[in-house]
Amino acid sequence: MRLELRESTPWWLTVLAPLVSILVSLLMASVLILWAGESAFAAFQSMFKGAFGSTFAITETLSRAIPLCLTGLAAAVAFRARFYNIGAEGQLYCGALAATILGTGWITLTPVLMIPLLFLAGAAAGGLALLLPWFLKTRVNVDEVVTTLLLNFIILLLVGYALEGPLKDPMSMGWPQAASIIDEGVLPALIPRSRLHAGAFAALLAAFFVWVLLRYSVFGFSVRALGLNPEAARHAGIPPARTLLLVALISGGLAGMAGVSEVAGLKGYLTLDLSPGFGYTGIAVAMLANLHPIGVVVSAIFLAGISVGADSMGRALGIPSYIADIMVATAVLSVLIGLMFCRYRLRRN
Amino acid sequence: MNEQVVLEISQVSKRFGKLSANENISLTLQQGEIIALLGENGAGKTTLMNILFGHYRADQGSIRVFGQSLSNHSPEDALQAGIGMVHQHFTLAENLTVLDNIMLGTEPLWSPISHRRKARKLLHDIASDAGLEVALDSKVRELTVGQRQRVEILKALYRNVRILILDEPTAVLTPQEVDDLFTLLRRMVEGGLSIIIISHKLQEVLSISDRVVVLRHGRVVGEASTDNVDRDQLAEMIVGRQIERPTAIPRVAGKNLLSLQRVSVHGSRSSRPLLDDVSLNVPASQITGIAGVSGNGQSVLADVLSGMRRIDSGEWLIDGHAVSTPTPKQLTTLGFARIPEDRHTHGVVGEMNLWENLMLDEIGNPPRWRAGLTLNRDAARTTAEGLVKQFDIRCSSTEQPAALLSGGNMQKLILARNLARKPRLILANQPTRGLDEGAIAAVHALLIEARDRGAGILLITEDLDELLRLADNVVVMHAGTLSEPLPANNLSQRELGLRMAGSH
Repeated sequence: MRLELRESTPWWLTVLAPLVSILVSLLMASVLILWAGESAFAAFQSMFKGAFGSTFAITETLSRAIPLCLTGLAAAVAFRARFYNIGAEGQLYCGALAATILGTGWITLTPVLMIPLLFLAGAAAGGLALLLPWFLKTRVNVDEVVTTLLLNFIILLLVGYALEGPLKDPMSMGWPQAASIIDEGVLPALIPRSRLHAGAFAALLAAFFVWVLLRYSVFGFSVRALGLNPEAARHAGIPPARTLLLVALISGGLAGMAGVSEVAGLKGYLTLDLSPGFGYTGIAVAMLANLHPIGVVVSAIFLAGISVGADSMGRALGIPSYIADIMVATAVLSVLIGLMFCRYRLRRN
Repeated sequence: MNEQVVLEISQVSKRFGKLSANENISLTLQQGEIIALLGENGAGKTTLMNILFGHYRADQGSIRVFGQSLSNHSPEDALQAGIGMVHQHFTLAENLTVLDNIMLGTEPLWSPISHRRKARKLLHDIASDAGLEVALDSKVRELTVGQRQRVEILKALYRNVRILILDEPTAVLTPQEVDDLFTLLRRMVEGGLSIIIISHKLQEVLSISDRVVVLRHGRVVGEASTDNVDRDQLAEMIVGRQIERPTAIPRVAGKNLLSLQRVSVHGSRSSRPLLDDVSLNVPASQITGIAGVSGNGQSVLADVLSGMRRIDSGEWLIDGHAVSTPTPKQLTTLGFARIPEDRHTHGVVGEMNLWENLMLDEIGNPPRWRAGLTLNRDAARTTAEGLVKQFDIRCSSTEQPAALLSGGNMQKLILARNLARKPRLILANQPTRGLDEGAIAAVHALLIEARDRGAGILLITEDLDELLRLADNVVVMHAGTLSEPLPANNLSQRELGLRMAGSH
């Protein structure tokens, strides 16, 4: 048995592969649910209801999908260029930090200017956080997986310091949290009395922008060539360092925007538990979408639905909500296998 | 010669989907005989050998070795039956000694004692019988390519191989090493060994083999005693039509397009410089050839000239002016084309389409880029269609991934990309490596045409035949240094070989 590159992928396979993969991951999860002593059908039903069954459920799922979409885009852009940015979590906090510094009274503008300013500042901060890994990779050949991953912890400690020191809210009764974002900077809610906020537009806009950039621009072509065969791309005259710099700035910027949207949209103030690992889950989001920007939107909603649904299923049936993590993991693995069969076919010798 | 048949392949067929890779192939090998197996890429030589070694199952047909039938066998069974193979790319562990490499895998994994003394004695006997001198205790890393090949052969003999298959054995050798190898092979054949050689080099095939078997499109299309055929007949049998090898008519040299002056590149701290005070001129309207045994710095030189590697000292001159090391993109803008040595890693992005690959070095150039910002897909596709036709790239469509092209067609794609913009200078590094006769002739014709148009060409090749036929001047590379340019017309292969070995 060996794998053979396909000349072209039939369209039905590209549609079928992710569906079958997700079905497989559901099947694998149902084994565990049965083991926990519940009916798999009831569990999935309760999960679906919890994620998409009511207006409230849908707004919860979508508001969780916003940061996942942005960190997913961050991973997708970087991974396409084979720049393995595992540091979206840290860049997210950098963005949140920038939004907190600017948005807690330092400047006051009308919301129309204030909100874009916060996003811009957050994106800049997220992008800057990737400059060091970029420099180390392109100049001294240090693996970016290591540097971006470890920077996460450095940044988290920095945020921890800021929240205990300079940025600590004097009104917080001693809790390590920053002051609230001023009203002009807060992202308005899209549906009254829900947590779904205008960050959704930022995420959708970002996805569209990234899609156009990667598909139609010279830069997108360079990124693809560089990701698929860096040596040939360099030989043909695509400048690797310069292209990767842009990739790093865009990727870090997107992750930074996720931080802004969480701080200014969902929570209202910065704490150390702003993100339950959105930066890392973003990688799964991107993988599930085969690094396609529009696919990232869908897969972010899907993964958000799984985690929101699993929480509600946990409450209703008593199945540990960790099942969500297992489902995400198996979904990513089976999608990867599915994608492999889209590009290759199995041949018996 | 003993007329005993040692290997009999009869009526072997193998299909891969629609493609018939082997069709009713029959072949016999007698004891003490050397057969040359010839054919273009994709003619079915590799498939046949894979069937013989049990990597593939034949759809039909049978194989008999020393009268015993081999079917549904594994590679181990083939070795057990006495068939051994020396691959083009050696399979030796560089950090082990010759003795360790040879013994590797011959003893049971859990055996408590290694019978090294016994092995050493046996190897001495085998080596002196065959006239195959190798220092058993030196590390493979320290050996030359020719010596490594001997280790591979010794390894096969140690495993009691009586039918030896050599895949492209002369590809990496100097002419003198080739002579030595052939002397060795003849001696081993007298000792009772039988040999199958797979080769592209017709001249060598004629000098070593007793019999030739030619495959084309999976069938045996010709079989002859070597005494009765000449080179042209063989070439015709291989491709099925007459091949006109283009010849270059000398031209007057133009101005120097590119020069390197006293350039050095250092490797890791301890080793000698990779390029040692090298000077080189590439004039217009000339093909400047670089000869050398692989590993003497040609790759580093090519990397420098294609803007992939910085120099530690020395100077670049372009059109007579000193410049800093140009980037690959600047080279393209200057009209300097680069044909890389390794098509797969440096030439194409395998998973991208043909049309995308055909514009890979067009970054920033209209009309395929609108305003340098977005891609004009239609223009790119139209241009690609034109190039595919003009350069006769055989493909199903310009939408297919480049990785699915055959070696020759992939090379034509790279040439098309490079020659389409009528470059002033072409760096061609091993442009015909691994190509078949038809494709080689096409590549040569394109290079000569470019030169006649006034382009300067730097040809780095290990194929001396090619070098002497195309080049106006030859520079010999040895141990990181370059010789003075020598006019190619009064240079013999023998003299070139001696210089390549560093004895001038």
